[in-house]
Parts: sequence; C-alpha cells; structure tokens
Amino acid sequence: MGVRKIAAAISGVLVVVSIISLVINSLEFGLDFTSGTSVRLNYAETVDLGEINGILQNNGYEDAVVVSFGSDREIRIILPVDETVAVGDQASQAAEIGGTIAAVLSSNSDSQISLLGSDYVSAKVGEELAEQGGLGMLVALGIIMVYIAVRFQFKFSVGAVVALAHDLIITLGIFSVFSMEFNLNTLAAMLAIIGYSLNDTIVVSDRIRENFRRMRKGTPIEMVNRSLNQTLSRTMITSFTTLLVLFSILFVGGDSTQGFAIALIIGVIIGTYSSIYIASNIIIYMNVTREDLMIPVKEGADLDGLP
Amino acid sequence: MLNRYPLWKNILILLVVLWGLLYSAPNLYPDNEALQITNESLNLNSADVEVITTALEAAQVEFFGEEISDTDILLRFDSVEDQLRAKTAIEDALTDDYIVALNLAPTTPGWMQAIRAGKMNLGLDLQGGVHFLMEVDMDAAQERRMNDHLGNVRTILREERIRTRGINLISNSHLEVRLSDEAARSQARRELIDNFPELQFQNRESEGTFILDMRMTADTTLQMQRDTLQANRTTLLKRVDALGVAEPTVQQQGSNRIVIELPGVQDPAQAIRILQRIATLEFHLEAEIGAPSLSYETYEDQGLLVNVDNDVILQGDRVSRVVSNLDQNGLPQVQINLDAQGGTQINRASRDNIGRNMPILLIETKSRTNTSLNEDGEEVEEIEFYEDKRLISNATIRAALPRTFVITGLGAREANDLSLLIRSGSLAAPMTIVEQSVIGPTMGRENLEAGVRGVQVAAALVVIFMLFYYRLFGLAANVALIMNILLIFAVLSSFLPATLTLPGIVGIVLTVGMAVDANVLIFTRIREELGNGMPPQQAIDAGYNRAFTTILDANLTTFLVAAVLFTIGTGPVKGFSVTLMIGIMTSMFTAIVGTRALINLIYGGRSVQKLSIGSYHSNNKTPGIQAT
Repeated sequence: MGVRKIAAAISGVLVVVSIISLVINSLEFGLDFTSGTSVRLNYAETVDLGEINGILQNNGYEDAVVVSFGSDREIRIILPVDETVAVGDQASQAAEIGGTIAAVLSSNSDSQISLLGSDYVSAKVGEELAEQGGLGMLVALGIIMVYIAVRFQFKFSVGAVVALAHDLIITLGIFSVFSMEFNLNTLAAMLAIIGYSLNDTIVVSDRIRENFRRMRKGTPIEMVNRSLNQTLSRTMITSFTTLLVLFSILFVGGDSTQGFAIALIIGVIIGTYSSIYIASNIIIYMNVTREDLMIPVKEGADLDGLP
Repeated sequence: MLNRYPLWKNILILLVVLWGLLYSAPNLYPDNEALQITNESLNLNSADVEVITTALEAAQVEFFGEEISDTDILLRFDSVEDQLRAKTAIEDALTDDYIVALNLAPTTPGWMQAIRAGKMNLGLDLQGGVHFLMEVDMDAAQERRMNDHLGNVRTILREERIRTRGINLISNSHLEVRLSDEAARSQARRELIDNFPELQFQNRESEGTFILDMRMTADTTLQMQRDTLQANRTTLLKRVDALGVAEPTVQQQGSNRIVIELPGVQDPAQAIRILQRIATLEFHLEAEIGAPSLSYETYEDQGLLVNVDNDVILQGDRVSRVVSNLDQNGLPQVQINLDAQGGTQINRASRDNIGRNMPILLIETKSRTNTSLNEDGEEVEEIEFYEDKRLISNATIRAALPRTFVITGLGAREANDLSLLIRSGSLAAPMTIVEQSVIGPTMGRENLEAGVRGVQVAAALVVIFMLFYYRLFGLAANVALIMNILLIFAVLSSFLPATLTLPGIVGIVLTVGMAVDANVLIFTRIREELGNGMPPQQAIDAGYNRAFTTILDANLTTFLVAAVLFTIGTGPVKGFSVTLMIGIMTSMFTAIVGTRALINLIYGGRSVQKLSIGSYHSNNKTPGIQAT
C-alpha cells in the first residue's frame, strides 16, 4: 500500500482534468439529447458518409451529423436547431431545410438522391431523459449509501460512494476529452458502471470486515492490505472475464452497442483500479477501527443460510 | 464433511432446470410469415375462404397451415415475397371492408402453446419499426371538463330561476358563482350540490357579493386524468388497428404519456397522419323526400337505405361526454353531453325538425397498401389513405334537444357499441407527438444478429477461460452459466410481458461476465482454504459458506441499483435493468446452488485427496488431513 499516495495523486489529477474538460468541452451529446432537424435521404448507390460530410462542411453546414440509416443507401442528416426560428415554425422550417440539403447534395453527386422526409425532432424528451438519468444516479447512490451503512459501516459507505463518483467522473471525463458521442446507450453504460464498480468495492469491503473480525492482531492498514491481497486474484479474474465479454461486444456486437462497450470498458478498468486503491484508501483515511465492525450478533443468521 | 445435498434440493434444482429448458425452447422455432384477414363488421364465412384461395391460386402463391375461424383467417407463407404477393392478391379480390394484415404466426408445437410457453417479444430496435411518444394535454382536458360544468351550472340556475351576478372560470379546476344575497346562494347550493358530485362546494363573501366556489378535488383530478389517458389510449388503439400492423404496442407511460410502437411500419409520416387524424363525428339531418339528389348521400343502416343531408349540424369535437346507461324504466340508452356551443347548435337545428331523423356519421381515415414494382423490379409498398364514412345511428328527434340528450330504443349491446363509436370520434384530450424514431428493418435484424453473436462469442470466451483456469470446477461453473442464460430467456419468454431490446441483450451479456464472478469468488476461496491446508471436502464447504455473504452483499447492492433504474428510467434504461435484475436472481441460483449440486455430485460423499480446481499456492507446509 506504499503506492497509496501516488494513487491518490493520479486519481486527483484525473478527476480534476475530467471536471475541467466537462466544464469547458461539455459532452458530445448524441441525437437522443439534442433537438434538431432530421433529414432522411435515399441514394441510388451505396453512399460514403465521409464524402457527404465533406460536402456539407463545404456548404456551410458545419454542425451537420451524418449517420447511416437502416441500409447502406439510406442516410440521416441531423442539423442543430436554428435558435432564431420560433418553435411553432420549426416544423415548416424543417421541410425547407430538407429541400435545400437534398439540392446541395445532388449537385455534388452523380448518384440519384431522393428526399425521404425531414422532420423537426423535439429535444424535450432528451432533457427529460437526461434529468431522469441524473436523478436515477443520485437516488441509486443514496440507496447504496444507506444499504452499506446498515450492512457494514458508515465509513464504508463513504468509501464506496467516493469510488463510484470517481469512476463516473473519470469515465465521463474521457468521453469529454476525446469528444466521444454520449447517447442513451452510453447513459445506460454509466448506470451499469455503478453496478459493476460497486460489486468490486463490496467484495473488498466484505473481506476487510471479515478480517477485522477474525484477526486480533495488526494495524488497520495491515488489515486492509491483507484483504486487498486476498481479493486481488478474484478482482483480476472477474475484471478479465467482464472485459472478455465487453471486447466481444465491441468487435462482434454491431455498431449500435459499440458506444456502450467502450464506455463500459473504460468504466471497468477504472472501477477495478478504484476498488483497489480508492475505496480502501478512503476507509483508511477515515480511521476505520475494529470497533466499527463489531456487531456480529445479527450476522450469524446470514452465515448459516444458503447453501 | 460429506458435501451431499438432500434429495429434495436436487429434485428442486432438476425441476428448475427442466422449467428453464421447456420455457426457453419456443425461441428455437422461427415464426412463419403470415397474413391475417378480418372483416371489420361481419363474420367470415366459407365464401370468403373460397375467394381467397382462388385469388391465391390465380396469383400462384403457395400457402399452408390455414386457420379459419368466424372472426379471422390466418394463412402462412414460406417467404416474405410470397406474403407480400399474397397480400396484394387478396386485397384485390376482397372489398375494402376486409383488413389484410401482415403478421407472424408461431410454429411452436400445440402442447407448448397449451402450457403458455411462448417466444420473447422483440423490441423495435431488434425488429424495425416506428416509435412514438405522445403527450396528452391534460390541462386542455380539464379545462374542457370545467367549461362543461360551467355550462351545466348556468342551465340549472336558469331553470330554477336563480339570478346570478356572473359565473366565472377562475382556473381549470375552480369556478365561482356570484350571487347577490345569502338566500340565493343557499338555494343555488341546494340545487347544484347533488348534480356535481365531483366538485367541492365552499361559500365566500367578497365586497358584498355572495360567492359559491366549486372546486375539483385532487382525487377527482387524478381520476379524471386517468380516465382521459385511458380514453385516449383506447382511441389510439383503434387508429393503430386501422394501420394493419402486427402486434402494435400502445402503452401508458407516466401520468400523461402514451408510447406507441409499430413494428414493421417504415414511414412515420404516414403513421402520424393516422394517429393524429381525429376520427370525426358528424351529426346530420335526414334528407327530406323529394330533395335534390345532389344535396344528400345515401348510406345503409341495417338493410335500410338512408338519405343523409349534406349539411352538418354538429361536429364531433362538440361532444364532451358519452355514456351508455339505463333510463328510469331500466331501458338502455346512450347519453350525450355537448359543450355550450354544441348545445346551442343542436337546439337550433332540432327545434324546427321534430319528427325528422338525425343520422350520425363516423368518419375514419383508413389505409390500404398497394404493392407495385419499381424500375429496379423491387416491390414497393405504397400506403393510400381514404376516408370511410359510416352511419352509426339514425334516431328520430322527439323534442328540441338541449345540451344533454339521450338516444333510446336500443338494445344493451347496441347502446354500448354506439357509445364506444361516438367516443372514438371525439378524442378525450388533444395529444402531441413529443418523440419519434424509426428503425429500419435491416438494421433491426442486424442488431439482433449482432447481439446474439455477441452473447455467443462472449459466452464461448468465458467458458474456455473458466475451464482452463478452474478445470473441473470451471466445468461446473460453465454448466451453471449456460443454465443461467437459458433461465433468463425462459423468464423473459414466459413470466414477464417484457420485450427484449438491444440494451436488454447487453444486460444479458453483462450478466454473463458478472455471473461467473460468484463462482470466481467461491473458487478462489476454496483454493485459499486448500492453500491454508484445509482438507478438500471441508475446503469446498468453507469456500461456499464464506463466499456466500460476499456474493449476497455484492448482488444485493447491484440489484438495488437495477431496481432504482427500473423505477426511474424509461425505454432502454428499463430494458437493461430488467434483464440485469433477472440475471442477478438467476445467477445467484445457478452459480451458488447449481454449481454446489454439481460439485456435490462429483466429490460428495467420498474420500477425496485432491480437487481439480487449478493450481494454488500452499501457505501452510503441514500436509492436509484427509477428509472422511
């Protein structure tokens, strides 16, 4: 545990960088979160998205996002909303934008292009979902704190929740620094990271609790070190199998789940690191003692249960 | 230390395994492409069947497995191409009263269907289709209801000859009646209180005016919102049916939203047109005998021809409430409430036409699909919309009609049907589309295939690793892992009305990774105990027992998180949390009880020198005591 201070320093730097990046760069919100105009086009031949993107960039649509849609000949172009247009007029504006874009693209392409439709996509739901997601995380964090405080001890709650916040902030930070798209799938991934990181932290905490109760000798730091060493191989193996799964999603799971897989891969790596270095660090800093964990009367019932 | 399970425990495990196998099995039977033919108003008969078979023979489309009942005919086809060709052929052969819907027919054996072993529902993202989120304008609905009350208050007070200084709508849940003295107010209160059970009455004085406040209670407001949402959902369901979509979803979400998912539909614009088109109602007068033939249209009503005058005396949006109930003689009737303007309109039109009939027309927008070939020789479907006008009532006007009037002389069933029809022509509250998305069918299939492949590859990699790392114990964990996946599928297919979506598949995949965690915990613990010099049988027992608390704590916290996500989240978040929760529960069972049973079968009840659990470091130099 000599690396404790170094780990704390690294984590501190990562968290600060993440927060700065989140404040300055924000996140690259995907279509789920932003309102805009969606223009759908059909090409007679297979299309090259990069080429279309280039054409749009050169014609004043710098913020346009081009995605393939259903097949290799259908595309969807998303344009941010023109703030100057009144909300009521945006639907009619959408039709106009669709026509202009189709014209721009046809004049720059040999392929025959037909406009399938252009709609105004409302952001209202996006905001609501973001709110729900944020609220969900807070409620989840609160419930976890209470559960751990009851099952273990308050100091462990703080350790687990700090580790969780650490994982989420750094994962979001990486998304922000590298301008990766943040959409509903990545939001779901964030929620999964809560579950995963928690799982890891609980396993370590469980061992710390057990060792404090069983061993009469040793300082708290020794206890924590011993517990970490005892659970290290399990932590590594589980992280390894989970990463095996995530990499197989990343490589064979198709485009739609890639964002999810990447977010979780980052989360799992950071979560593994934080359950080893961060959660236990906090517990040590909070001066955990044997007395904190001495209420074994009720626990007996649980140990005698299954299997 | 014998490490043996009692018989009942082994039987229990066996039963769970059998249940899992049985209820996940239907997913192995692919659906047949099918067409479902129904008639909107009539039962089907053998003549219809003949028309259909002749049409299919003429078009040289092969079909099989026909199921014919009074209400619908189901035909199966080998391919989507056959299905589409058949649809066009049948639609051409039958009149527009028939609905020919693309459908999927299960191929699971009858006995499986009998025990309700079905397939998982696939979400739009795995199947393709359009998704809408509609928001119901509750404020508007409430205002309409209060305005309705206000009109009724006015009528009652006028009939009772109580003079007021004004009746005002203060907010959409509050109206006030201003009166000049205490006596008038108590009289008004007496007359009104029984007529408005859903309002709360309160007296108030202000600058010499005696005011009677009438407020909608919080309970009533809630009930009204629930009714409104339900009524809107019913209307939407009817409209969605008009689209001829197989297995549409129309679900309430929260207090004021409705989710509509239409698998297979690819053009949201056309779907929107149908969903937002208010099926309207028109009240007409019957044309007088000898009226010029251009001034009326002829409709059929129970075999009689009715000439309906072209002038509309009242539109459906003036109808505020429709119920079918019984009159004082116990005879069924349909009671129609109109808003204030509607009341004036119908009164004016009816008072000079007593004795004439008042036909009511229901106008619905319907669609039919025309399939044609484009230049590339590909089949192109085009949906054409047309208005369908239907005469639903032709009652005689017996008196000058007020705002609330009844249609009598109906059977109980008829009254009920009529009130439903009238209601469908008047949306309970306006709706707006707040979210829409389209998923292409190829994309859906790709998502599904990629997801399944992801599960396969992930499971294979984990299985190989576990076998390599934990040997015989790894094998037990692998059997448990596969059982776990089967159980998740079985639960999803049978227990829950859950729909499998892409995030759901990801949830399953993640459980695959995390499910082995329980076994990793147990096995590392057993290795550790072996390393401490514990004899094998005791090490197995100690490993399982000591790891149990950890597994319970870890899984319970993750389960809590998933439960929170489930209650708060919507859509993808919900889909993910459902599979995660199911996965946690099934994996607790398979990874702890399941592997223990296997290990007990392998090692239990005999003397064991060494466990096949991979290598471990011995922490203790003294040789282990042999187990007995």
